[in-house]
Amino acid sequence: MTTPVKANAHAEMAQEQVNEEIAALSAAYGRSGTLELQPRRDYGPYRSTILRHPTKDPHHADPEGIERWSPVFGERDVDPLEADLTIQAGGGPLGEKMVVTGRVVDAAGRPVRGQLVEIWQANASGRYIHKRDQHPAPIDPNFTGVGRCLTDDDGTYRFTTIKPGPYPWRNHRNAWRPAHIHFSVFGTEFTQRLVTQMYFPGDPLFALDPIYQSIRDPRARERLVAAYDHDVTVPEVSTGYRWDIVLTGSLPTPLEQDEDR
Amino acid sequence: MSSLPPTPGQTVGPFFHYALPYDGDNELVPPGSPGSVRLSGLVLDGSGDPVPDALIEIWQPDPAGGVVRAAGSLHRDGHTFTGFGRAATDRAGRYTFSTLRPGSVAPGRAPYFAMAVFARGLLHRLMTRCYLPGPEVADDPFLASLETSRRATLTAREDELGYVFDVRLQGEDETVFLEGRRD
Repeated sequence: MTTPVKANAHAEMAQEQVNEEIAALSAAYGRSGTLELQPRRDYGPYRSTILRHPTKDPHHADPEGIERWSPVFGERDVDPLEADLTIQAGGGPLGEKMVVTGRVVDAAGRPVRGQLVEIWQANASGRYIHKRDQHPAPIDPNFTGVGRCLTDDDGTYRFTTIKPGPYPWRNHRNAWRPAHIHFSVFGTEFTQRLVTQMYFPGDPLFALDPIYQSIRDPRARERLVAAYDHDVTVPEVSTGYRWDIVLTGSLPTPLEQDEDR
Repeated sequence: MSSLPPTPGQTVGPFFHYALPYDGDNELVPPGSPGSVRLSGLVLDGSGDPVPDALIEIWQPDPAGGVVRAAGSLHRDGHTFTGFGRAATDRAGRYTFSTLRPGSVAPGRAPYFAMAVFARGLLHRLMTRCYLPGPEVADDPFLASLETSRRATLTAREDELGYVFDVRLQGEDETVFLEGRRD
């Protein structure tokens, strides 16, 4: 099947031009002397940001009222089997079976307990079960690529899944996303709400990917890269990766403020 | 207190629709049930065009201003109000919730829905507040700290079924987005 390519001025832009823009924005960051911990929402090499980033400065506001709380999820929300993405169909999915685990903590290192973690990902061939994904790689009938779990008392989440493949996208000609798993995480305050992507160590596509490079600080973007951890593998069954998630700081509770004095 | 650097955000991308939305996600209460209101609006880009691949979440107190501690947002039982809802925008860029009016959590503060905005092309979520129109808005200390012209972007308008609140990601009448000092 041939998918008609939408008329798009960016579609024929070469990777070399994107690389140049990434390099220029990176050099500007190096000269700025500032520390950026988050991606730039205004990041031209990722073309879809152009009309979708705010141009006015965000308004600084400490969380108040309902923002200092987070929704509660519990046993009635999540079936423990949803943490295993390899058993959701009649047979096992193709690909490298792996465990992905880590802790969700706040800036003080305190665990986020009993909170919802949602993930979604492409299959081993780099194809999503989504009608908008036109990548002509095979769909795996035994893999939907969606998982959920609740963190335990230590803030630990744990999924069993398969390693996703890289896939092409239409940002520019021959653009490829590094393999990644999308994560959606809640904290103890709604303002800690985070949606992000976890990557795999040593991916050769990192340097070419404007979404990853939109986090201009090298150390900050490396926080999205999981570590291979032989201790979380399952012998004869799966490899293992560890990736901890640190949410922005929550306010100390009144009790803890007292203890600080 | 030590401070660990945060894990950066990334865009929700174009393929979240089979993962994040769920049955009843945008119906905190059944539409048309006693006390229910509709909260809806458009998500618009810098050209004023609708954003058909955005995701909006709301988190709110109950009508008395109580913080809800009930689980069950992902499998609603039709009776328990959980205060949390999620709505993907449709092809016309519109999101819709059926919910209850939030009360004020603290005296002297105008009631609002806390709102998180995600979209393809948006590299890190945006946070904002959707205030209910009413007399409290004039006295709210946070709203008073904003320029008058920008304050209006945070106040919903009433319609026959509830409230309308558009989210403008960019442009002259861009919505005020919030950032904590530690973000």
